[in-house]
Amino acid sequence: MSYLMNGVQVALPPSPTQPCGLGPPSPALRERVPSAARRVRVRRSGLLAAGLASALSTTAPPLAAETPKSGGTLTYMIPADAPPSLDGHRETTFATVHSAAPFYSVLIRVDPNNPSSTTEFVCDLCTAMPQPTEDGKTYTFKIRDHVKFHDGSPLTAADVAASWNAIIHPPEGVTSARESYFVMVNKVEAPDPATVVFHLKFATSAFLPALADPFAWIYKKEILERDPHWYEKNILGSGPFKFAGLETGQSIKGVRNPDYYIEGLPYLDGFTGIYAEKQAVRVEAIRADRAAMEFRGMPPASRDQLVKEPGDKIAVQESDWNCVNLVTPNHKKKPFDDVRVRRALTLAIDNWHDAPALAKIANVHTVGGIVFPGSPLAATKEELQTIAGFWPDVEKSRAEAQRLLKEAGAEGLKFELMNRNVDQPYKYVATWLIDEWSKIGFHVTQRVLPTGPFFEGLRNGTFDVTVDFNCQAVVNPLLDVGKFLPHSVYTENYGNYEDQKEIGLYQQLLHETDPAKQRALMREFEKYVLDTEAHMFMTPWWYRIIPYRSYVKGWKISPSHYLNQDLATIWLDK
Amino acid sequence: MYRYIIKRLLLVIPTLVGAAALVFLLMRLIPGDICVVRLGSGGGTFDERAVQACHAQLGLDRPMFLQFVDFVWGFFRGDFGISMWSGKPVLYEIAARFPVSLEIAIMAVVIANLIAIPLGTISALKQNSPIDLVIRVFSIAGLATPSFWLGILFILAILDISQAAFGSPWMPPIDYVPIWQDPLRNLSMVIFPALTVGYRTSAVTMRMTRSAMLEVLREDYIRTARAKGLVEHIIINRHALKNALLPVVTLIGIEAAFLIGGLVVTEQVFNLNGIGRLFVQSVQNQDYTMTQALVMLVVAAFVVTNTVVDLLYAWLDPRIRYG
Repeated sequence: MSYLMNGVQVALPPSPTQPCGLGPPSPALRERVPSAARRVRVRRSGLLAAGLASALSTTAPPLAAETPKSGGTLTYMIPADAPPSLDGHRETTFATVHSAAPFYSVLIRVDPNNPSSTTEFVCDLCTAMPQPTEDGKTYTFKIRDHVKFHDGSPLTAADVAASWNAIIHPPEGVTSARESYFVMVNKVEAPDPATVVFHLKFATSAFLPALADPFAWIYKKEILERDPHWYEKNILGSGPFKFAGLETGQSIKGVRNPDYYIEGLPYLDGFTGIYAEKQAVRVEAIRADRAAMEFRGMPPASRDQLVKEPGDKIAVQESDWNCVNLVTPNHKKKPFDDVRVRRALTLAIDNWHDAPALAKIANVHTVGGIVFPGSPLAATKEELQTIAGFWPDVEKSRAEAQRLLKEAGAEGLKFELMNRNVDQPYKYVATWLIDEWSKIGFHVTQRVLPTGPFFEGLRNGTFDVTVDFNCQAVVNPLLDVGKFLPHSVYTENYGNYEDQKEIGLYQQLLHETDPAKQRALMREFEKYVLDTEAHMFMTPWWYRIIPYRSYVKGWKISPSHYLNQDLATIWLDK
Repeated sequence: MYRYIIKRLLLVIPTLVGAAALVFLLMRLIPGDICVVRLGSGGGTFDERAVQACHAQLGLDRPMFLQFVDFVWGFFRGDFGISMWSGKPVLYEIAARFPVSLEIAIMAVVIANLIAIPLGTISALKQNSPIDLVIRVFSIAGLATPSFWLGILFILAILDISQAAFGSPWMPPIDYVPIWQDPLRNLSMVIFPALTVGYRTSAVTMRMTRSAMLEVLREDYIRTARAKGLVEHIIINRHALKNALLPVVTLIGIEAAFLIGGLVVTEQVFNLNGIGRLFVQSVQNQDYTMTQALVMLVVAAFVVTNTVVDLLYAWLDPRIRYG
């Protein structure tokens, strides 16, 4: 079903409970369409007032061709007080990316024209995406000519290799937050100034998505050798913008790089990123046009508040978000060492029915399995419905939960749910979970902790059940599902369990290169983790809502707030 | 008098050391690890080795006693160390934010006194009249209203009124510029938080002024002055108010000192990059060095302000002299 809006044929949205946002969830169809769970929602508040319901298109609706205008300064909000440092290799926070990504280049990245694709990657510094050689274990990249750092010095393959070595094999005393993403890499070398070669220990389809990491900025080799901590407080890149100033805790500024290697870009003269942790400040700033947008995501209520603005001054883009809250029972605490109790916890939850209601108040939307909805390895709705926690009949599911609890002698269980002191969507999700568990007779209280004590609780195992989270940048299912592995393999798993069978399944998955077999293995892994052993379980995937001033053009939403942040393609239609 | 001043200033040192020891210990009792917060709060994965490397870089792998000695020794040399969160010198981070908080605090105190002292005096002079009632309701509203709520209301009111009047909403600038760079932009940004905080502060001062004035106006010398035929405004301004201000000055001093680090919520609401916001961030991030330095800054502010208040007493009341 579709209708015409602005001269464009727009399809009405699929149900939010459909795990794959691209139409009927058949594997065959998915292969024919871009594997993206992106919905572009271009909302004009005037049209909304006229009664046209908001529409979701399953692919980006091609708007009438617009000629980008050069000039202007983009002012945007950064929802943080300040990044802990400016070093992308070291940090994991979006505050670092939103502050400094425009100053840097990367080797490959998600396609800025289609950033929601989970399989398409394009070159930034390289000239062409290579085909792997030597049984898929060698990737050879050719580096662009005439690329310069902002101090005028040339950028060569040696700088690329040095930067990647700093990420993959950091020297003593240097922190690399993503070292473990690259366990498959043996070495990185630059045999000549225009060539970088990655030698892998084993072939895996997890490598290229990992290489497109938005934090993998290319630094100057000379500086890395002289002082590997230099980039924590300083900026020197080769990206579309040059560093123009940082007011500590206040704002960061950049100006156009006239020597940028992509001709015609960037369109903007510059940008200003203003730090503002409070959501009310950011909403008011956008409303009053003190800032054009923020790049993280706002809750539905803020979007609704902004689109009340008369006229068509506010546009909205929305997308499934590569972040999800998980529930992790502490396997070392009775009775959560009993798989029947863990299964009961997940069987009590009615994801399908409750997700649409939650979506109205919280940043959640799509029901999905352990793989980002819409990516080729994601489960279809039919496949999910065979897994505990996703049964189509919730009454039957809860009856089974109660049977298991009776068998395990855990009826009327009382326990505490540990949660992080963040509103969206943690507290909303936790409140919902507690309500769902009450329907099978559980008495659950919530203990909300600030970030520091929350992590302390996770690491020390001082919790019964916890709300956990898995937030990744590039959709890379083979690495993203590592979160479900035991702590001995994946240090950010806090379930306190060991499971060699699960590890064996994962190793098979990681080393499998045939897509069909890989998919089958992923289903087996997913069923095992979520159902058979119920080590952890899912809540609805997060949902990214970006309301912005409609004069901002050229930016497309992606499934991650870490992606597509170099601002090169953004222009201002004013 | 000078001996008194020196004695008061010397007393600052043990006060600061005591505060330093207390905050050092308390911060380390809070569960959590700054390195884990830094590496893990983004949601992605990180290696345990990354945490250990971070500990080593921040000196957190050293015995606590050595960390404390380093801190106290650094304090006496005026070196508060490096922020564990940003890696920049603590003094640099504080210096970047101190002018904002200081400007707002000064403006708030000025506004508070401009409101409180005249209104408190009028309220006392017109005791139990309708004017007195209105002023008292005004002051109670100031006491009862949370400043963050008032701040949000202020901004929403500005947005809505400007939208209704001009067709598009206006709000104060959200990126701070110092007053010497662009006075108009600076004032347009700080006037609203200063009014918010000033109103709240004035409420307390207003009530104290009223009470003190009522007490003084009943004194014999005021009756004598009136009997002598002195003009009323000379009686009020020269005789009554000066004596009534003694307790008011104490209160102003306490409120002013509190404002230096206490503008937390106001700074959040108005997006001001001040000391209060830095305080909250550093506690949340478990940035030990920064929190320690900020606590000591606030303690120092209180001590200095109260010393100044005590000296003002001597000026206000000639009977008070310090040996």
